[in-house]
Amino acid sequence: MAGERIGAWGRGKRPLRINVFDEFRRQYAWQIRELGFMVRLLGRNPSAVAGFAIIAGMVAMALAAPVLAPFNPIQISLGDRLLPPGGAHWFGTDELGRDILTRVMYGARISLWIGVIVVVIAGGLGAVIGAVSGYLGRRFDDLIMRVMDVILSFPPLVLAMALAAALGPSLNNAILAVAFVMIPKFARMVRGEALAVKEKQFIAAARASGAGSLWIVWHHVLPNCLSSVIVLGTLILGETILIAASLSFIGLGAQPPTPEWGAMISVGRKFLMDQWWYATFPGVFILVTVIGFNIFGDALRDVLDPRIRR
Amino acid sequence: MRIVSYVLKRLAYLVPVLLGVTLLVFIISHAIPGDPARMMAGQKASREAVENLRRSMGLDRPLYEQYLRYLAGLVQGDLGFSIRNQRPVLEDMRDFFPATLELTLASMLLCVTVGVPLGILSAVRRNRPIDHLSRIFSVFGVSMPVFWLGLMLLLLFYRHLGWLPGSGRLDIGIDPPAFVTGIYLLDSLLAGSLGTFRNALAHILLPAFCLSYVYLAIITRIVRSSMIAVMGLDFITTARANGIAEIVIISKHCLKNALIPTVTITGLSIGELLGGAILTETIFNWPGMGKYVVDSVNFLDFPAIMGFTLVVSFAYVLINLAVDVVYAFLDPQIRY
Amino acid sequence: MSGPNEPLLEVRDLAVQFFTYQGTVRALEGVSLSVARGEIMGLVGETGCGKSVLARSVLRLIADPPGKITAGAIRFKGRDLLTLSRREMRRIRGNEISMIFQEPMSSLNPVFTVGSQMLEVVALHQAVGREEGRRICVEMLRQVKMPDAEQVLAKYPHELSGGMRQRVMIAMELSCRPDLLLADEPTTALDVTVQAQVLAILEGLTRQRGVAVLFISHDLGVIAQLCDRVAVMYAGGIIETAPAGAIFAAPRHPYTRGLLHAIPRIAARQESLAVIPGSVPSLVDPPPGCRFHPRCAERFFPCDRVVPPFYEPAPGHRVACHLHAGEEGRRSWERS
Repeated sequence: MAGERIGAWGRGKRPLRINVFDEFRRQYAWQIRELGFMVRLLGRNPSAVAGFAIIAGMVAMALAAPVLAPFNPIQISLGDRLLPPGGAHWFGTDELGRDILTRVMYGARISLWIGVIVVVIAGGLGAVIGAVSGYLGRRFDDLIMRVMDVILSFPPLVLAMALAAALGPSLNNAILAVAFVMIPKFARMVRGEALAVKEKQFIAAARASGAGSLWIVWHHVLPNCLSSVIVLGTLILGETILIAASLSFIGLGAQPPTPEWGAMISVGRKFLMDQWWYATFPGVFILVTVIGFNIFGDALRDVLDPRIRR
Repeated sequence: MRIVSYVLKRLAYLVPVLLGVTLLVFIISHAIPGDPARMMAGQKASREAVENLRRSMGLDRPLYEQYLRYLAGLVQGDLGFSIRNQRPVLEDMRDFFPATLELTLASMLLCVTVGVPLGILSAVRRNRPIDHLSRIFSVFGVSMPVFWLGLMLLLLFYRHLGWLPGSGRLDIGIDPPAFVTGIYLLDSLLAGSLGTFRNALAHILLPAFCLSYVYLAIITRIVRSSMIAVMGLDFITTARANGIAEIVIISKHCLKNALIPTVTITGLSIGELLGGAILTETIFNWPGMGKYVVDSVNFLDFPAIMGFTLVVSFAYVLINLAVDVVYAFLDPQIRY
Repeated sequence: MSGPNEPLLEVRDLAVQFFTYQGTVRALEGVSLSVARGEIMGLVGETGCGKSVLARSVLRLIADPPGKITAGAIRFKGRDLLTLSRREMRRIRGNEISMIFQEPMSSLNPVFTVGSQMLEVVALHQAVGREEGRRICVEMLRQVKMPDAEQVLAKYPHELSGGMRQRVMIAMELSCRPDLLLADEPTTALDVTVQAQVLAILEGLTRQRGVAVLFISHDLGVIAQLCDRVAVMYAGGIIETAPAGAIFAAPRHPYTRGLLHAIPRIAARQESLAVIPGSVPSLVDPPPGCRFHPRCAERFFPCDRVVPPFYEPAPGHRVACHLHAGEEGRRSWERS
């Protein structure tokens, strides 16, 4: 029975009492050393450092928004409508008198959350699909890859827009739509790696001792793809934030009064000619955040790419 | 012969992909929404109107049957009726298509004429100031929210400097040129009216630049990196050792090799251009398919959104087929 | 200017440095070498000793940055190549001096046909029309014993085998009747049988046309079979030069002797191959004095302090080793 075998492999062999940390450190010694090496390489790469600084700054701003932000992000104060930058309102105020700096800071929470959750969903599903597809091969692989090809036959923003429209305009639906669009990118890459891992000897050894396919995928194939999934995830995070903001801009993502950057620009657009600050500042933050992820992701890829490594 | 069989192979591959595209669009439009008939009828339709629609659309039939019907309709050019204006979606598409075509072609022209030379320059002057500048330029490009860039361009060139018009394809009061291609820049020249041409040109500059920037950044990047890769190869040293001038080496020996990866990425990245068109057209009030679809989104005009999605994806797939054919001409090592 | 006894190529005190993150790599230092008209000169040494750098310097193909020729002169037919303008240099490359590289797989451009690449070189250096150029190419391909010479012109490099590609390279490089051919391990990447064929073709053609060859190899067997004279390189410098017979019969430098012992010989029935202890020194921080001294079994007191000059223990046999300083030289050491 396949199920019993999985059980025997999954749990039966573990000693009963272990120090979790020691066990972890022992099991992944190689990966940990590799990680240390990577971090050192990245530290020497100026654009990696710059990208990391931007990301860290944005994350810090998002986390500390309730403490740092000078005002309440959704409290309406009609007396302060559309004030230009200066004084108490560094970035000015919007048409309901809300402080734009405050809203931008809270917006970082939403955009980063969207980015991370999309990458987790798409990366997780994509990696599993790709690993199973690559490991099982043959008909199943063909079918899955054709499906992925079909998803890739749509311009990303167009497909995300159609999906978000079908699901109904809301932030969560936009997240699902963007995640769906991103799945094939992960699936394709992990499949490629799975095809390579499949030929390794430890897979043959595991199979010879009776491990089932799913067990092997979970315990051998997926862990081996983890670092590439992380790199791709970093690279895709920027794109994700852009697409999500675009959806919000055309009215399919976050809805007012949520202080989402794209949605703010969408409203600010109406005030562009006379209140330039409204649409400008949220956009600057989108741009800077995405730049951070892009240059950090590029540097990460360079460091992990053995051809460039010296 | 080699190329012919390659193209045939690609064409054969096209069929399942296009079928898959229709299936996915069908699933999105018929299976995902809680009540497709309500979606199709619009929010304001009455209860029995929705019921009637459900029956007349065959939504009470099994899904596979619905799909086959949908497919049969597509073959006859039936994309359904727009809720907003009650016209066939295909007709709307046909009306809005030329404006989008003009905008995307102008952007691509800009991308190729600026992106390829910039990429080459950047590779040849690697790690010099010009290279750093062009890399910063492209990092900004791939990280730029298109809609925000459009707004900033409007703010600067329309609001503050007043150099360029901010919306539409022509000034109000100027008649569009006689219809030949639907592309105003061409049609006005064909009609011999320079004034209209100049006006159309002024109108397209901002949106075309806005739309092209992301794509330009991608092209510059890929040209640069593939040129750098090729310049380090042995046959370039051979060419140098044979006394061939550096400019010939760069523009002939390197470039043809570097164009091979460039062309592939270029085709795939056209998706950015088509997606960007939605946002750019909205910002600049450009009466194309992108603006049409955003208006439809605000109206939740479902058939229009799905029709747009389908048409654009077909275009995307076909463009990539064309790109693959170009690829086959460039790369003699391709085997099929 | 160039007298009848003057060598065709004379390299004097050449120094080449590469500026890298790890430091300045002193790839060549004080290298002197001459090649007479029609002579086949062998250049041997381990990988990384600077053989290829030397050959590339002659054609000024050192990539700058990171490399630079920092000192010395390269006289070819009486002119110093290092003082020529780029344009004059290009006229020499492929025309008066040509070069063949190690990798036949990558030294031809994959996206152009063999014919177009050969024709480009012929047309560049000879005032001939298309038809005449084509005739020259076909004739050259016949000379390198290429079957179906006419058809080969229309083929792409990936359609030819390694040996055929290297023959194409020989044909291409000899098509402009150069006076000197730099052959950088031209057969190393080939199978042994193919290697013999290609070598025979190379030797036959160059002897017949009176082309001088600087033949670079780490394979002493090939050198012994082919060359008139041999220069041995170690860690960026030439340490011994002699007629081929003399160097194999009576090697003078301890390194050369070690190198010869490291060849497996069937006749000698050696029990084990001799190995030179230690490893090639870093060229960033080379050892002082004689660069070989840390590995030399026969070193004595001046070796780690003084760079050995060349001594001439036999006519035409020059060696840079303190062992050959003679009585007078030894006495001068003891004085200092």
